[in-house]
Amino acid sequence: MAVKGGGTVSQGVTQLESRGETRGGARSPAPGRRWSRSDTKGWIFVGPFLAVFALTFLAPIGYAAYLSLFRAQAFFGTTEFVGLDNYVDVFTDDKFWDGSLRVLLFFVVQVPIMLGLALVAALAIDSARLYASSFFRLVIFLPYAVPGVVAVLMWGFMYGTNFGLAADLNDLFGTSIAPLSKNWMLASIANIVTWEFVGYNMLIFYSALRTVPDDIYEAAALDGAGAMRTVLSIKIPALRGAILIATIFSIIGTFQLFNEPNILRTLEPNVITTYYTPNLYAYNLSFGGQQYNYSATVAIVMGLLTAVIAYAVQLRGTREAMK
Amino acid sequence: MTRRVSTSPLAPRRSPLLTVLMALFLIYTLVPLVWLILSATKTQADLFSSPGLWVGDHFAFFSNVHDTLTYRDGIFLRWLANTLLYVVVGAGGATLLATAAGYGLAKYRFPGRRAVFAVILGAVAVPGTALAVPTFLMFSNMGLTNTVWAIIIPSLISPFGLYLMWVYAADAVPDELLEAARIDGAGEIRIFFTVVLRLLAPGIVTVLLFAVVSTWNNYFLPLIMLSEPKLYPLTVGLTQWSGQATGANAQPVYNLVVTGSLLTIAPLVIAFILLQRFWQSGLSAGSVKQ
Repeated sequence: MAVKGGGTVSQGVTQLESRGETRGGARSPAPGRRWSRSDTKGWIFVGPFLAVFALTFLAPIGYAAYLSLFRAQAFFGTTEFVGLDNYVDVFTDDKFWDGSLRVLLFFVVQVPIMLGLALVAALAIDSARLYASSFFRLVIFLPYAVPGVVAVLMWGFMYGTNFGLAADLNDLFGTSIAPLSKNWMLASIANIVTWEFVGYNMLIFYSALRTVPDDIYEAAALDGAGAMRTVLSIKIPALRGAILIATIFSIIGTFQLFNEPNILRTLEPNVITTYYTPNLYAYNLSFGGQQYNYSATVAIVMGLLTAVIAYAVQLRGTREAMK
Repeated sequence: MTRRVSTSPLAPRRSPLLTVLMALFLIYTLVPLVWLILSATKTQADLFSSPGLWVGDHFAFFSNVHDTLTYRDGIFLRWLANTLLYVVVGAGGATLLATAAGYGLAKYRFPGRRAVFAVILGAVAVPGTALAVPTFLMFSNMGLTNTVWAIIIPSLISPFGLYLMWVYAADAVPDELLEAARIDGAGEIRIFFTVVLRLLAPGIVTVLLFAVVSTWNNYFLPLIMLSEPKLYPLTVGLTQWSGQATGANAQPVYNLVVTGSLLTIAPLVIAFILLQRFWQSGLSAGSVKQ
């Protein structure tokens, strides 16, 4: 069963265009006259947004692309056009790949766990088998309202083996796990990110589940479908669009990973390198090393890689939906 | 279609087992917040000597709050005022821009509409932080870095808000009503402010709430744009206090970081709890209709 036109926020982006076309302005232009007078006035409303958008989105992208073609001359204080040399350097830069592989590993492990938990929670809350389900829905969502910085500071303290819960738990179980050590750091960051965003994704899935009409459940019940069967044959397919969007958001979020490692770096500067994630690398190149041109190149390559992976996931997702 | 009133037509029995499993989930969610509240009641010495999920020897919550608000000539209050400024102007402006543009895209078939759509969707695929460094360099050339504008201007754009308002406005504003207002001689802008805004209110609350969260929580942008501590928002200020604990001239103020964190999250958490009816209905705005 394909997702019907319901379009929650979550299902949206892929359907945005068709929605806009079909339900947008309702009237088609009168024959002989392409745009009515009031229609061109749409620019009054869209114009201001576009102007700021151009300044904060399009101009920086263009500027970064321009910067990436130049290189600073150390002695002369000038820049020189070097074509694509910076890109060649990025692709052979071990530090860049070290960070990229780390976020890729993070994406492969953390995102399925987070989305899986969010899915289970959404299904449980939607199932009507839960006591106090609206309370669960609210509380599980709450971490989203906690600033990422505060989340990292809290967990950072709790991870600490001086005070904090890690010390208490180690005492209790006789273990000596140090969440901020080299071996555990990435898992510790994954836990923070999961804690922050599981509720947000749960809400996306839950909103999508609410769009399934009652008739379908009634029909399924008449056909003798049990709870498990209903989940697998009705609810999961209905969630396909929402899962796709949540995955794409998660890809973008993961590849941008910055706040968590950058703040934890103040606690463990030896564990988290300056190139722990590509974003951290671009940041440190600019603000630690004044290598603006190279930093811009790293940012562009990272943006392109993210877009390619997000696009591939979307393509796969829509192809599945066609089946 | 019929809107589902009950969660499931079969009205299955409530399951204690499932509730217990979900309660574990709930504990995971709440433990850090409980830890934060308990820790905000402890002196710095108690933070080290008492168990994380229990109270300390001294109840120091009020002295912690006092110290947080007065430390370094009350810089925390300055950061709070900055955050409020960025939130009111940034998130407020973002909501207004997104509402107007979403409405414009939904209700007017103007030339270039498809191009607008393609450009916005394409640009959103670029990770925001990939833009941060170029934006910094550009703003630096324009002399905007280290001013409040460096934070406010980028906060004014919310593609998510635009999308939500677009979907919402398409259905919430009947074309007949616009036609009637035009026949009465009202101008487009007047129609927007007197008729349309009221119809879009639930969607606007949702967009505003999410824009407030993202500006209140903004860290990366102010971190790179600002070097003057007097302009910091709470997030950057708190990490600066936290960073004081290490290094050569370490001056740990853990109790202030913890109490400041609690004061930082309290307004948003309270807002989300009080406004839950709005954002929960707004988020599933598009889901009511088929």
